[in-house]
Amino acid sequence: MDLLTELTILVLAAFVGFEVISKVPNTLHTPLMSATNAIHGIVLLGGLYLIGPADGFLNELLLVIAIAFGTINVVGGFLVTDRMLEMFRQKPGRD
Amino acid sequence: MYIGTFLQDPDFIRSLYIVAFSLFIIDLRLMNHPRTARRGNVLGAIGMAIAVTATLLIKEVGDYGLIVLGVGIGTAVGVPAARSVKMTAMPQMVALFNGVGGGAVALISFVEYRESLAAGGNPALDALIPALFAAIIGSVSFWGSNIAFGKLQEIIPGRPIQLPGQQFINLGLLAICVGCAIAIASGTESEGLFIVILVAAAVLGNMFVLPIGGADMPVVISLLNAFTGLSAAAAGLALDNVALIVAGMLVGASGSILTMLMAEAMNRSIANIFRGGFGGTTAIAADAEGKSVRSTDPADVAIQLAYATRVAVVPGYGLAVAQAQHTVRDLANALEKRGVDVAYAIHPVAGRMPGHMNVLLAEADVPYEQLKEMDEINPELPQTDVALVIGANDTVNPDAGMPIIDVGSTGSVIVLKRSMNTGFAGIDNPLFYNENTSLLFGDAKESVQKVLKEVEEL
Repeated sequence: MDLLTELTILVLAAFVGFEVISKVPNTLHTPLMSATNAIHGIVLLGGLYLIGPADGFLNELLLVIAIAFGTINVVGGFLVTDRMLEMFRQKPGRD
Repeated sequence: MYIGTFLQDPDFIRSLYIVAFSLFIIDLRLMNHPRTARRGNVLGAIGMAIAVTATLLIKEVGDYGLIVLGVGIGTAVGVPAARSVKMTAMPQMVALFNGVGGGAVALISFVEYRESLAAGGNPALDALIPALFAAIIGSVSFWGSNIAFGKLQEIIPGRPIQLPGQQFINLGLLAICVGCAIAIASGTESEGLFIVILVAAAVLGNMFVLPIGGADMPVVISLLNAFTGLSAAAAGLALDNVALIVAGMLVGASGSILTMLMAEAMNRSIANIFRGGFGGTTAIAADAEGKSVRSTDPADVAIQLAYATRVAVVPGYGLAVAQAQHTVRDLANALEKRGVDVAYAIHPVAGRMPGHMNVLLAEADVPYEQLKEMDEINPELPQTDVALVIGANDTVNPDAGMPIIDVGSTGSVIVLKRSMNTGFAGIDNPLFYNENTSLLFGDAKESVQKVLKEVEEL
């Protein structure tokens, strides 16, 4: 894909992000941050993609660390967000 | 065989990425209400599983042993951490998560560059420039987040640590990063220069968080969150990966919005915060001459609360430090049983990160309908009989120079305080000397327990 197409996607994603996230109430800002922690764990994909063709001990070591870091973000982020969101309850007896 | 080729078709894999990032957007969309947020989070996790699976399908992906090793280590660290972290320690956790995300981006950019050199030279500019950007921001984010973690965990002193000429040092470091990046982009093939960039950015990350005081941590964490997202998006440009671009920008947008909201809530420009030196200063001696405060006792507080129609609880971080959330919830329940309407007035910077106080109260089983934002509760305060301020100071201080919970407009104000020390901002609080303010001195938790006992005996 050429750079301009990618930049188009990037700018549009920024606008979508601003729109969607500006509607998140203050109450949920901490879970929002841990959820975005989980989402940026997507850098894990970069490690997965590069490690096959990578040669040499150093490259492989650095990528294993990167994959581990990304995984910490993904599993840790989604789990801890779920733990927090589970605590937000309604008043009993209200719908 | 046919299915195998289809699954490895780059267009099929790209389609899966589209599904994945759509799920991320839906996840964030559902975060707009506590009722739907949990479902959103599950959809986000499904999106991530799809993105990872799609990547593993790519023909060039190999070395599965190493992949399992990396994922295994990450899971072994991430799962127990996420399960056991205390809600009061959430800011540290998020700081660490920001850090490892930025670190991963910096490492990936570095390896990508080394691979390209080994294959014969610099990568094409449309991959090289984003990779350099990702390396700088990723490294700043990794080290900055570690310092933020250290400050929040109190391994490093929370007070601002500053060198003389700090701003020039920072500018110099930034100039080194950008200069080396330009040198590489204009054709120099040098792994050494790339390492200089990573190191200079690392020092810059340390230098820019160290001077920032404890009270400004919500802004710092939000900004580092934005940085990590932007670095992931840049890595996406370098690797031609749409899922990374979109997900990174979503995170970047989220972090930017939170940074602006936090700065706005403290009425300070972001530049002002990063010039540093604020938010951890030692308390200035209170200018209390000629002014007297009225202190009260638990029995009187109990009577005021129990015969009120509406009570607003204004929690501050002092409440969390005293671990008084559950006791406060019990008091609120006892009051509600007597027909008192109880709400919690929560300032945006009441905790150590955006929304922190809400999570701490939710953990204590306070229903989310009672958690009111500042702009929502301020117009209701004139109709409120009693404001119960617990462990908060700057967020109710008319002289703090920022938007506050305007408790002065309520019928009467009861402030639970440990002593007459000033808050983080080091500014004396005229609220305490108001005629309708009374102070109950002591540990927040013990005080609330005494009041609760009195209410129950009424």
